[in-house]
Amino acid sequence: MITDIFHILQDNWILLLIGQYPNGPLGGLAITLLLSVAGLALAFPVSILLALGRISPFAILRAPAAVVIYTVRGVPLVMFIFWVYFFIPLLIGTTISGFTTMLVTVVLYEAAYLAEVIRAGIEGIPHGQTEAARALGMGYGQTMFKIVLPQALYNMLPAMVSQFVSTIKETSLGYVISVNELTFAANQINSTLLTKPFPVFIMLALIYFALCSMLTQLARWLERRINQQRTGKRNITAVVANVAPTAA
Amino acid sequence: MSIKLDFSVLLREDYPRLIIEGVATMLQLTGYAWLLAMALGILLALLRMTRNRWAERAVAVYVEYHQNVPMLVQILLWYFGVPTLLPDAMQLWFNQRHSEFLFAIIAVGMGMSAYISESLRSGIRAIPAAQMEAARALGLSYLKASRLVILPQALRIALPTLVSHSVLLFKNTSLAMAIGVAELTYATREIESQSFHTIETYLLTTAIYLGISLLIMAAGAALENRYRIKTR
Repeated sequence: MITDIFHILQDNWILLLIGQYPNGPLGGLAITLLLSVAGLALAFPVSILLALGRISPFAILRAPAAVVIYTVRGVPLVMFIFWVYFFIPLLIGTTISGFTTMLVTVVLYEAAYLAEVIRAGIEGIPHGQTEAARALGMGYGQTMFKIVLPQALYNMLPAMVSQFVSTIKETSLGYVISVNELTFAANQINSTLLTKPFPVFIMLALIYFALCSMLTQLARWLERRINQQRTGKRNITAVVANVAPTAA
Repeated sequence: MSIKLDFSVLLREDYPRLIIEGVATMLQLTGYAWLLAMALGILLALLRMTRNRWAERAVAVYVEYHQNVPMLVQILLWYFGVPTLLPDAMQLWFNQRHSEFLFAIIAVGMGMSAYISESLRSGIRAIPAAQMEAARALGLSYLKASRLVILPQALRIALPTLVSHSVLLFKNTSLAMAIGVAELTYATREIESQSFHTIETYLLTTAIYLGISLLIMAAGAALENRYRIKTR
């Protein structure tokens, strides 16, 4: 069994890592990481707007933000993939690649989840900070972007890392629309070998596990560090409940 | 771009039957997987509380694995990989019955049990140790103190995360379509490819998913309200 996994890795590690590149399209783990990094980076500004909308004093901004967030939280990711897959070509008039479809989906989906993380971060900053900033003559924008958000985002760093883990796991669904990412590559290997499904898929699971659990450990370490700084004490064992990665 | 919506399309052919059967399969899958996840989750949380180092470590590995591997990969591993480890007679037995449905339940249930056990554990950990000491000092046995004093409080604390994990479990059942379980997403794709009325089909199923998710969230909020400890 273990020798099987070893042989499969030895024969296919290039395919799993970068796909057919440079003789063909980039694929494998490289695409998984590219999708996750680009997806989360592009989702970030959107999520800040959504979070600000969600805590806005004006109902006209609050309502649409809440609708977006609840829709994303209530509908499976696969459904979003199909919506983007059919709807974007209809909107712009040309077909788009599987990669773009997946990227747009991840941005939409993560923006909503990240917005809730950022909202919690903003609400975690004591209100005295806002009051002090306003008393010093700063406007809403300045207060938000120079005082509240920088502190909130710093405190939210662990939660962002675990959101990154969720994003990596979500990109595995690219398999459903044949995006050339890690799960798809493993499936290709499985269909060429035919007789070794268990070693192939346990290997795939272990690759994801290695990558994601490393990042989860990083999130826990960050959380301990930040908690120490905030409380000014050493050796605080933090409650790690909110850095547990969400299922995807 | 002009789109005319014509929902009557969905009443043609055997589309209504496909949708209803899809919803039924989805609900069955959710129900069984939820029961499995809860049972395993409680068991794992209890094992972790035993203070046995090996039990704790085994549970930690189980939880880490299921939280850090994509649900889709877990489903593929169970459906394509695990049967090949079984004796031929059992493989045949699985192939003759709807093994994809069974393996989807196992994969989703086991995957989500990791999350359930973690939220139960953090609920129990949030109860001060003095509660247990006080209950024991009043003459309650360990089990009675757990059942009457610790668990009722811990469950209240864990309830919000348990509800959001239940919604996640429900959403994750849609991944079973990747191994050919004829649940709602699968049925949607069937209807879409036969009727070419993409938007109507997807609007209907999206509304069904959203409706059920919101229902679970609302039920959770009602439960929280019902069992809130009254404070002044």
